[in-house]
Amino acid sequence: MAGKAERMTGARAFVECLYRENVEIIFGYPGGVLLPIYDELYDAHLYHLLVRHEQAAVHAAEGYARATGKVGVCLATSGPGATNLVTGIANAYMDSVPMVAFTGQVPSSMLGNDAFQEADITGITMPITKHNYLVQDVKDLPRIIKEAFHIASTGRPGPVLVDIPKDITTDELDFVYPDTVELRGYKPTFKGNVQQIKRAASVLKGSKRPVIYAGGGVIGSEASKELLAFAEKIKAPVTTTLTGIGGFPNDNELYLGMPGMHGTKYANYAIQESDVLIAVGVRFDDRVIGKATSFAPNAKVIHIDIDPAEISKIIKVDVPIVGDAKHILASLIDHVSECNTKDWLDKIATWKRDFPLFYVNRDDVIKPQYILEQINEVCPDAIIVTEVGQHQMWAAQYFKYKEPRTFISSGGLGTMGYGFPAAIGAKLGRPDKIVVDVSGDGSFQMNSQEMATIVQNNIPIIIAIFNNGYLGMVRQWQALFFEHRYSHTTIENSVDFVKLAEAYGAMGIRVTKPSEVKAAIEKAVEANGPVLIDFIIEREENVSPMVPAGAAINEILDLEDIQ
Amino acid sequence: MRHTLAVLVENKYGVLARVSGLFSRRGFNIDSLAVGITEDPTISRMTIIVSGDDHVLEQVMKQLNKLIDVIRVIDLSSEEFVERELALIKVNADANNRAEIIQIVDIFRARIIDVASKSVTIEVTGDIEKIKAIQTLLKPFGIKEMARTGIVALKRGSKSL
Repeated sequence: MAGKAERMTGARAFVECLYRENVEIIFGYPGGVLLPIYDELYDAHLYHLLVRHEQAAVHAAEGYARATGKVGVCLATSGPGATNLVTGIANAYMDSVPMVAFTGQVPSSMLGNDAFQEADITGITMPITKHNYLVQDVKDLPRIIKEAFHIASTGRPGPVLVDIPKDITTDELDFVYPDTVELRGYKPTFKGNVQQIKRAASVLKGSKRPVIYAGGGVIGSEASKELLAFAEKIKAPVTTTLTGIGGFPNDNELYLGMPGMHGTKYANYAIQESDVLIAVGVRFDDRVIGKATSFAPNAKVIHIDIDPAEISKIIKVDVPIVGDAKHILASLIDHVSECNTKDWLDKIATWKRDFPLFYVNRDDVIKPQYILEQINEVCPDAIIVTEVGQHQMWAAQYFKYKEPRTFISSGGLGTMGYGFPAAIGAKLGRPDKIVVDVSGDGSFQMNSQEMATIVQNNIPIIIAIFNNGYLGMVRQWQALFFEHRYSHTTIENSVDFVKLAEAYGAMGIRVTKPSEVKAAIEKAVEANGPVLIDFIIEREENVSPMVPAGAAINEILDLEDIQ
Repeated sequence: MRHTLAVLVENKYGVLARVSGLFSRRGFNIDSLAVGITEDPTISRMTIIVSGDDHVLEQVMKQLNKLIDVIRVIDLSSEEFVERELALIKVNADANNRAEIIQIVDIFRARIIDVASKSVTIEVTGDIEKIKAIQTLLKPFGIKEMARTGIVALKRGSKSL
């Protein structure tokens, strides 16, 4: 295309840029300053999904990105449209998800005048974007969009916001899309330093109790095959963080489950007793490590991460390797040999036997863990998307994930209302997959308006509401640490979710008995349309086990009996 | 410990906000910050004085490097470097003590750049210690107003960044 310039408006150029970036779908909501862009979208060759709230557009873009590995794209108008994106942008930033968010802005001449629907969105999003732009000249638009997609998708991925004043969309330019990006301040390290890789291999050589602690970076860099090969070569057990779930097959005998606050006991014990901890694409989040000074006290730490700022940020690292996890693991495999871990794996097998994840099932009331086991039975290859709270932890614990990008959840920010719109994005990105939004009755009500979106567009999503009439995770903490004083966490009888689904034109199913759980899931799968299942569950079920905030992760308690 | 960072950034809209926002957001303390254009008009240079231990310094430098508009970050304190700051100080002065003030100004190789019936304005250049010293000596006369540029610094020797 370079060299052959065509005269066009900024709005037209915007669409052309999206074509050049192979964008198939954008999630958006129109508004006054976006009229010229929306007029171009009217007959553009890309799918625009009209949501019912801009927050859903940004979460859907993230769900799409996480399900596909491509850059998610959303579009919102100036002022409130833009500020409604803020939570979702922060969410993508915390979980390092590639995204480009476009916002309309008041005309350049009115900037700073407190004009109607004006908000300084580049100022507002500065701390929660990898980078952002205010377009000041239509001639810069193609370059900026090219850079935005490049920055969002390379290095440590993240959201980039491009704010486009209205006059930019009507001004004309000679359109040329740049072939390359030149950013002298942005040169992410991709290949790991060979010396460091050799050092890591030598640290591993004598290891008798290695543990691999893998996170979202494994998913982001598509490193799951290499991770499996590496773990099997050195015979080390693997724990995956919330954002790393799916990065290692859960049915593999080396798998330890999730570590941390609601992780498995054996993952936590293994980390604490490890002599070498190989951290891959993780950031030592407080929900994983508990009390930082007591974390993996005897381990030499090898840390593989694309972001040098994560090295030794929380935990002192012995061997840092900065670069792409996939590339580094592939290279590391050539330098290591099998560790003598027979005794170690035996010990872990004993822990697994003695301290399994467990719950006490009943036949008179539905246990949430049982629902997840049944979803696993009916659709084992589904993409599970979650909201935030107890149901999220149960979904992380009790579904068996076999491949990457099948578990999509708000990790770092912990955004209630994330799951349903993210499920929409995931389904549009992976139409071949069954997509289940595992939800709570609290979280679902934060973005339930998107029922209209999935019905209007006939997007088959199964919404599984784990309805306990509480804001369950907060209630759990109130029960444990605030003498059962359930201050403002009771939300029973909020709404009849089945009628709500039906009011939107979706199928609604209420399930009150354990014996009906499986049939309801099967019915929802068969319906292949928008379905909401209202599971009435044990009201005061706790997420177990649990590491109390601030404790070392081996101080992990069963809560089954504390009710 | 005090560190003097030289930060080369794109000479663009919003860069100062990105850098200063990063410091406040992550709880790093800026003791001094000076910004100006360089020999290359597309590049600005920030000189940032930051206090903290090695861990803080490492994080500051890494976080700065993560900003797309930051081209290079160098800790000048790890090598020999020269630093200077310029201060303008308006001091109470009348016929009785003007001579004494001029004497102090001479000792510090400072300059008087404005004289009025009841004040003089002094321009002084130096490192932090020198500015502090002249400030201490002028204080008894009554400092009416003071403005400082913040420290700027370069590596010693013929090598550049």
